[in-house]
Order: sequence, then structure tokens, then C-alpha cells
Amino acid sequence: MLLYVLRRLASAVSVVVATMFAGFGLFFLAPTDAAGAICGNNCSAERIAHIRASLGLDEPFLSQFGAYLTGVLVGRTYEAGGVVVECSAPCLGFSYQLNQPVTALIADALPVTVSIVAGAATVSLTVGVLTGAFAARRRGRVADRVAVAAALGLGSVPFFVVALISALYLAGTVLPRAEHIPISEDPLGWAAGLLAPWLTLGVVSAAAYTRHARAAMIESLGEDYIRTARAKGLSERRVVYRHGLRAAITPVATLFGMDVAFQLTGALFTEAIFGLPGLGVLTLRAFAVFDLPVLMGAVLVGATILVVMNLVVDIAYTVLDPRVRLT
Amino acid sequence: MTTTPYLAVRDLTVAFGDVRAVSDLSYAVPLGRTLAIVGESGSGKSAAALAVMGLHDPATTRITGSVTVGGAEVVGMAPAELRALRGSRAAMVFQDPQSALHPYFTVGAQIAEAYRAHNAVSRRAARAHAADVLGRVGIPAARRRLDDYPHQFSGGMRQRVMIAMALVNDPKLLIADEPTTALDVTVQAQILDLIADLRREFGSAVVVITHDLGVVAEIADDVLVMYAGRCVERGPTRTVLGAPAHPYTWGLLESIPVVAEKPARLRPIPGSPPNPRTPPTGCAFHPRCRYPERVGDTACRDRMPELTGDGDRLSRCHLPRPDQVFRAEVLPLLGTGDQHVR
Ligand SMILES: Nc1ncnc2c1ncn2[C@@H]1O[C@H](COP(=O)(O)OP(=O)(O)O)[C@@H](O)[C@H]1O
Ligand code: SF4
Ligand SMILES: [Mg+2]
Repeated sequence: MLLYVLRRLASAVSVVVATMFAGFGLFFLAPTDAAGAICGNNCSAERIAHIRASLGLDEPFLSQFGAYLTGVLVGRTYEAGGVVVECSAPCLGFSYQLNQPVTALIADALPVTVSIVAGAATVSLTVGVLTGAFAARRRGRVADRVAVAAALGLGSVPFFVVALISALYLAGTVLPRAEHIPISEDPLGWAAGLLAPWLTLGVVSAAAYTRHARAAMIESLGEDYIRTARAKGLSERRVVYRHGLRAAITPVATLFGMDVAFQLTGALFTEAIFGLPGLGVLTLRAFAVFDLPVLMGAVLVGATILVVMNLVVDIAYTVLDPRVRLT
Repeated sequence: MTTTPYLAVRDLTVAFGDVRAVSDLSYAVPLGRTLAIVGESGSGKSAAALAVMGLHDPATTRITGSVTVGGAEVVGMAPAELRALRGSRAAMVFQDPQSALHPYFTVGAQIAEAYRAHNAVSRRAARAHAADVLGRVGIPAARRRLDDYPHQFSGGMRQRVMIAMALVNDPKLLIADEPTTALDVTVQAQILDLIADLRREFGSAVVVITHDLGVVAEIADDVLVMYAGRCVERGPTRTVLGAPAHPYTWGLLESIPVVAEKPARLRPIPGSPPNPRTPPTGCAFHPRCRYPERVGDTACRDRMPELTGDGDRLSRCHLPRPDQVFRAEVLPLLGTGDQHVR
């Protein structure tokens, strides 16, 4: 087990480094001139040259990448407007446009995104699995049909439409206004402020979980061990929600593992529509003004989140299915 | 024999839509006795057993007749009452322990759960009890194995776990549905011995379903032979195996290698069991039977024979003197005298 985790960690780190390398290369080759973007309009050639030099943009690719990697691992210094800025590890670069280290920008934005994704995932898993199990138990009856139709309907409406409607009409009226209050300051306010985005993103992605959980439940409820559970004299509720659901959770976890990337993209939309200062908004702004260091940082953090989540899901498997051996 | 039967099945019929899996089945099992139900696959053995446990889905199954367990009527019993009966007074062991045990729960948890479903005891007490029964069914180092999952046991050990789970509440009725079919030949005998021992020890009524006459000879007091959902022959094991009265039972005897003296003489029953959607007219066995001409006319094709006989010895066949036919034409194939009954 420990060996497995270590090996998976090593491979996770190499994926992150590869992403970093690829991202860096992409931006390096991009036709836009980073120095020009930093300098803005009405910029003298002299000033651009100065920026290039101070950023090391005229250095060869590998040495730039090396400097970046060093920054991530041990920190480095930047010169901005004649002032030397200390950028301690993990240094993800310096945004000349916002005049702030990227690490600090991301550190502010990340909790917002993580809060949205975690809350929405909780909502979608809970709603999806319970609705799916409920529908499976009443397979073919009215309650089942309603659940299936609702899941199908919700699943076929584009997410941004639902999010827009929710942001315009629900947040601030039925639901509290969407805002981000750090959980450390006011946990209740944190939850209240994120309720609208959680429900929006959560309920929409719950549709897929409902269908998936229903199918998995129908399969598990047909298994021999369900008959055994009934033969033991267990209550029908215990048979369905303990023995049936327990077996259906593994396939749902698989879906969840594949879904993390989608949830991150969903969070990006959600932030933009609800106006929450998360990673998505930060990235979109950086994209618009070609703030390369911020883009790089966001890509890196996004890749790290994905890799870590996949690792977590894989390890969760061993807890979920005792037959899975990690080797 | 004056004991009142603990399990009494009367005119039981089980139908799935227009498929009649069991028709007019009646039998009784007193405490301390073992009834074997034999028949080819698809003859309705499991469907009948599940009806005794009230395990059929009422939405898709129509059950008529009567099943009483310890005097309580199971057909139409309220769900809460049924739950109280299942796993406590009546327990069942299924054919394939691999699929009948939940793969995601430890065996200790599964056994303890069966105990706690009927006894208000702490988790700790249930766990201790689970270790006890696990030991009683012959699992070495039972206490240590409580936290193992079913896949960590061999096939035979898994069936012992299944039996332990069924016995955890000392049931007065144990139904074992082909308990050895999914197991290696070498462990089959051990499992049967175990069931026989437990029956002796606790004096329960036991129903063993099998398609193996060797199993019947070994552990059953009485036998019931099923064909196409009906009882075709019933009686004490020695009589039914020693002097069977139904051509289908003869066919079963002729087709087992342990009994037929020379493998060359092995005579499998020709043809295959009828499709329950389109049952044959008259005697359901007539398309595969050698004796319809002996009966004469078209009686076998036209009329379903009644289950007749004296006392506890019944069979369902039009043949006038089946005992003579058996002695003259079947017995020589099986070996001399009584020898074919082990
Ligand atoms: N749940 C069910 N729905 C429809 N048909 C069934 C069901 N269970 C059993 N049958 C049918 O009933 C007949 C008897 O089956 P079963 O009792 O399982 O036979 P056995 O246990 O003797 O092999 C078979 O033809 C089988 O296909
Ligand atoms: S009734 Fe006729 S067909 Fe049926 S078993 Fe007897 S002899 Fe054979
Ligand atoms: Mg069966």
C-alpha cells in the first residue's frame, strides 16, 4: 500500500512537471510577445527590451524553464519597476500587470474554487446517488419515471443556461446572494454565500449521477447477495440502502473520478457567472490580457488538482472494493 | 411417525406470469428429519424453496396454496412478520456462496448482522457470537477470520461461512439449495457431513435440494422427486432409491455413474426437460418416457396421472405394476439387489 502510494506520487509529480513543461513550451512559442503584453500600449522599444532582459525572455527555453522550476522549488527574485521582489517558494512567477506574485494571487483564488467544487460535488453525489437509488427501488413505477425524466431534462440543458437563470433569478431572492466569505472567518456565511453556486453546479451534474447510480443500483439489487440479505430477515430499507447501495457506490466513484475535470470547468463558469473571485475568474482575466505568469500558474495548479484527485479516487477504490489489490 | 411436521407445504403453486414453475406441490418435514428434493435443473426446486422463505417478489410472482412453518402461514404473510421469520426460525443456504455473500462486507459483519437482525445485542456480543458459529462450522482460527472478506476464503470455506450465517439464530428449519453444486468434489462431502451433523445436533427440519442422488442417499430420510414443477415420486429414501416407482426416477438412477455398475451401461435420460411455457399434455414426462406404449392407448399423452400410493409412499404414473417393470428391466442395469443404494 505505502509502496503503491509512493509510486503513484512519483508518477503524479512527473505528470505535473510534464504539464508544466508543455505549458511553458506552449507559451514560449506563442506568437504574442509577453514583454509587449506586460508593457501595454504606447511602449517604447527600449522599455520592451528592458523588460525582456529583466524577465530573462531572451534566454534560451531550457534555461528559462530551469529558472521557473527553481522558483517553484526554492524561490527566486524578480525585478519590478526597479524594485527587487523576493518571491519565495513555491514561486509561480510574478504578474507585472497586477504587480503581485502569482502564488499570492492563486492563494487568494484557490479557496474559492475549491469551496465551489467540493460543495457542488457533495451536492451532486448526494442528490444523484440518493435519487438514483430511490428510482431503482421503485423501478418502472411513477416515482422512477419522474426521476429519470427529470435527470434527462436537466442533463440536456446547457449548464451555462441553468447557471445564468440561477444567478439572475434565484441568488439574492430565494437563495442568499452569491459571495465568498473565507470559511475561517465565518463558516455559516461561507456556506450561505456559496449555496446558490453549489446547488446550481451540483444539481446539474447530479443528473448524470442519478442515471449512473440508478443503473448501478438496478444491477446490484438483482445480485444473489441481495436475496441473501432478505433471507437474513433484514428490513427492506437496510437491504436496499446498505447492501444494494454499498455495491453501487464503486461504479459511481469511477464516474466521479472521471468527472473532476468537468467539475473544475464547471466551477470556472460558475465563478464567472456568479462573480466569485476564484481560479476561473483569475484565469479568464489573465487570458484576456495575456498575463502569462498567471496563466502558467493556473495551468499548473489545475493539473496538480486533477492529478491529486485521481490519486485520491484510486486510493478510495481500495477502501470501496476490498477485492482491489494495489500492486 | 407421529411428530407434527415443522414445515408443511400444501398444494403450492408458483407462477411467474404465464410460466408455472411449481404446481400442486405438497410435502412435510418434521423436526429432526431431512427431506431431499431432487430433479433436473429447471424443475422448480428453487422456486418452491424461495416460496417457503417468502422470498419471491410479490409484484411478479403469483403464489397459491399453503406453506406453514412452525404452524405459521407463510403464503400472504405480512412483510414484518415474514422478516421476523426469515433468518431466525427458517434459514436458507444458497447454491453459490461466491455470489450469495456480499463482496464488500467482512464475513464477521455479515454474520453478526444476521444475528443482530433478530437479537437486541451489542455489536461486540454479536461479533463474539459470529466467531462462535464460524468455529462451529469448522473454520480454523475463526476469531481471526472475522475481518476477512468472502474472496479471501476458498469455495468450501465460503460455503461454511454461508452455513454459519444461516445457523446463527439456531433455525428450526434449514433449507439448503444445492449447497455443494458450486464446490469441488473433494469438499462436497465435507459440507454434506456438516449439514448432517448440525441437523443431528440441533434437531432442525432440513430440506436439501440437489440433482445428485448420491447426496440423497447420504443424508436424506425422505426424498421428493420433481419433474416440470410437480412431485412425481415421494417417500422414504430407502424405498424411493431401493424400489423407485416412477420412470423418471429410474432415469435419474441410470444416469449416475456412482450407481450404475459399469460406466458403459450409463443411460442418460433422452431429450431435455420441457419448456415451462409450453408444458406437454398429459404426463409431463411422456415425451422422454420409454413406457407409454406399455400403458396403452394414449393415456400418457392425454391424462395427467394423479399422485397416488399408500401412506407416505406416492408416485405419479399410469404404469400398472411399476415395481415389476423396475425389477425386471431397470434393476439389472444398476447391479444386484439393494447395492445401488449406498
Ligand atoms: N424469477 C423468475 N421469473 C421467471 N421465471 C423464473 C423465475 N425463477 C425461475 N423461473 C423459471 O421457473 C422454472 C423453475 O426454475 P427453478 O425453480 O430455478 O428450477 P431449479 O431450481 O429446479 O433448477 C424455470 O423454468 C425457470 O426459468
Ligand atoms: S405416466 Fe406414462 S409417460 Fe408418465 S411416467 Fe408413467 S409411463 Fe411414463
Ligand atoms: Mg435451483
